[in-house]
Amino acid sequence: MIKHERFETNSIVLLVGILLTVAIGGLVEIVPLFTIGETIEKVEGVRPLSPLELAGRNIYIAEGCYNCHSQQVRPFRDEVERYGHYNLAAESIYDHPFQWGSKRTGPDLARVGGKYSNDWQAAHLIDPRSVVPESIMPTYPHLARQDVEPAEIGADLHALSIVGVPYSEEMIAEAAADMVAQATPDADTEALLRRYPKAAIGDLDGDPTRVTKMDALVAYLQSLGRMVDFTTYRPELAGEATTEGSQP
Amino acid sequence: MTQSRAGVMPSYNEQIVRMFTIASMFWGVVGFLVGVVIAFQLAFPALNLGLEWTSFGRLRPLHTSAVIFAFGGNVLLGTSLFVVQRTCRTALFGGPLMAEFLFWGYQLFIVLAASGYVLGITGGTEYSEPEWYTDLWLTLVWVVYLLIFLGTLMKRKEPHIYVANWFYLAFIVTVAMLHIGRNLSMPVSFLGTKSYSLFAGVQDAMLQWWYGHNAVGFFLTAGFLGIMYYFVPKQANRPVYSYRLSIVHFWSLIFLYIWAGPHHLHYTSLPDWTQSLGMVFSIMLWMPSWGGMINGLMTLSGAWDKLRTDPVLRFLVTSIGFYGMSTFEGPVMSIKAVNSLSHYTDWTIGHVHSGALGWVAFVSFGAMYYMVPVLWKRERLYSSRLVEWHFWIATFGIVLYIVSMWISGIMQGLMWRAYDSLGFLQYSFVETVAAMHPYYVVRGFGGVLFLIGALIMTYNLIRTMRGDVRQERSIGSTVAVAQA
Repeated sequence: MIKHERFETNSIVLLVGILLTVAIGGLVEIVPLFTIGETIEKVEGVRPLSPLELAGRNIYIAEGCYNCHSQQVRPFRDEVERYGHYNLAAESIYDHPFQWGSKRTGPDLARVGGKYSNDWQAAHLIDPRSVVPESIMPTYPHLARQDVEPAEIGADLHALSIVGVPYSEEMIAEAAADMVAQATPDADTEALLRRYPKAAIGDLDGDPTRVTKMDALVAYLQSLGRMVDFTTYRPELAGEATTEGSQP
Repeated sequence: MTQSRAGVMPSYNEQIVRMFTIASMFWGVVGFLVGVVIAFQLAFPALNLGLEWTSFGRLRPLHTSAVIFAFGGNVLLGTSLFVVQRTCRTALFGGPLMAEFLFWGYQLFIVLAASGYVLGITGGTEYSEPEWYTDLWLTLVWVVYLLIFLGTLMKRKEPHIYVANWFYLAFIVTVAMLHIGRNLSMPVSFLGTKSYSLFAGVQDAMLQWWYGHNAVGFFLTAGFLGIMYYFVPKQANRPVYSYRLSIVHFWSLIFLYIWAGPHHLHYTSLPDWTQSLGMVFSIMLWMPSWGGMINGLMTLSGAWDKLRTDPVLRFLVTSIGFYGMSTFEGPVMSIKAVNSLSHYTDWTIGHVHSGALGWVAFVSFGAMYYMVPVLWKRERLYSSRLVEWHFWIATFGIVLYIVSMWISGIMQGLMWRAYDSLGFLQYSFVETVAAMHPYYVVRGFGGVLFLIGALIMTYNLIRTMRGDVRQERSIGSTVAVAQA
């Protein structure tokens, strides 16, 4: 039996004792999430964000949207009816960092993509009370005034590819062009849509001549929750496939 | 022995503690003020001013960082350096220069973080929002802090390391571990501010709440328990109630706390086993938390009458009461069935503030009221009556805050899940938002009271520093006269 006096009289022993004691819980809870295959379901359709959507996500983070909006529908009857299918871990595998949130001062946004028109989203961001009179959301008129910088987005894709997002060399090379094409009406978007299926394209912010932060944020919001096709998703199969996959 | 010790009275570095105390006063007022502003933004959205720098989304991290890291951090750094010198009977390791670096380095960290938020530079994860360059700077400052603290422990003139220092050391070491673990990220470029977390999705979420909940556990709890273990016995002039309880609750607290993070992720895509572990450990955590509360409160044994005459002690004891209350509420909210209602609502916000205002801020106020006369070598505070005013105004503010958030939180949770007789959801989301309005107004008013209290304290402490003494009837004097 170790006498507690050892800890009280030797600061290095105390330091090491503390470190060992506080390390255990984290190791047990975090490490298996990387090694147990069932943690993340196998599903079809989840893809990295397009360059414009990624720029929109960075605006979402910079404006602190996560302080009031969650992106995580829980498996309850009322939430599924209000928002849509509950969230799967697979849906946020490319989210560095995650944006599940912790507070719903405003509604959950995990499945907001496609629920409202581009015009509605832009009008709502410029002045939320123009479309929802009871809203307490801040106004974001500056997003429509500020342009994004297509020349710089390639570096973001590159950084994300280093931490594990499967952006190919082609995607990184074409990032600036893809970004402009997605927000330009009548642009040739065939290659863009091949790389990023279901991406919202066209004039997203009501100003076809520029690519603004509003274009980017609306593109991101329209992408949320739409990648997995839940009409064909079968949870029991997704689980099985993963178990098999993790035990070769 | 006592004589010889008194004869070689070491020259403590008091200047650095004075600087941290002033910084605590300053950042406290700033943090509470921003809190009041964003509270009223939720009641009256026009207060967002339509400017990109003043929207709720950018100011809320400013508020949380200002109160936790700027106010709380300066209190912890200041009190820990005050306590470690006295309980080790030696001056700080590393000398005045290292201590000055710690002070200015920490203030620079605060300014770098805060200016980033307002400009939209943020990592986007709660309570670890500073970007990579600020994180690196804080890592350097924190290593210096650890060196000063540990070095002082090593050259102590006392055979034993006092209990308060165990808690301070656990706070310093664990915060270092959490800070580095959470902020592992890939900068986009070396001249830019943006970085991407090394982790994604479910793993990033777990890592976040491992960090986030233990920012509560080690920054806002272990560190402030260190304050309790020094300043409560000092102010009450009684020894700590039970040494054995200190040992048991110290090790069990730091062991159990680290497991509790997943209770922030109940019913999410985090695997069930992790959620259940988080819940079980959160409930177990109730015991060591109350062990600490009992040890603090029972230190008053035989000295309870002092509460009538000593408003500073009243701050300290009330803070322990709030600590007990919020560490009971926390385990209750971590139960999955309760959490399904409370999560995503204002109930969480109310819970955090009963801990932050009632426990963290009150124990800090008590410690500051104790330290300022000692550090500036004044016989007593400028005014005990003003401490009394501060106490009651702030307490009333906290009650308004917590009660309004309980009502709005539970109400919103119930409204979200309400069905009408035809089986449809009864309320649209925005109807639940509109229903929150009166409670947001009451909460904002509670915050105003808390801020007024802090301004009274600042005035009182500045007058004390200047050496002024207010002519006033001492508290409890009528009772004394009656007894005589």
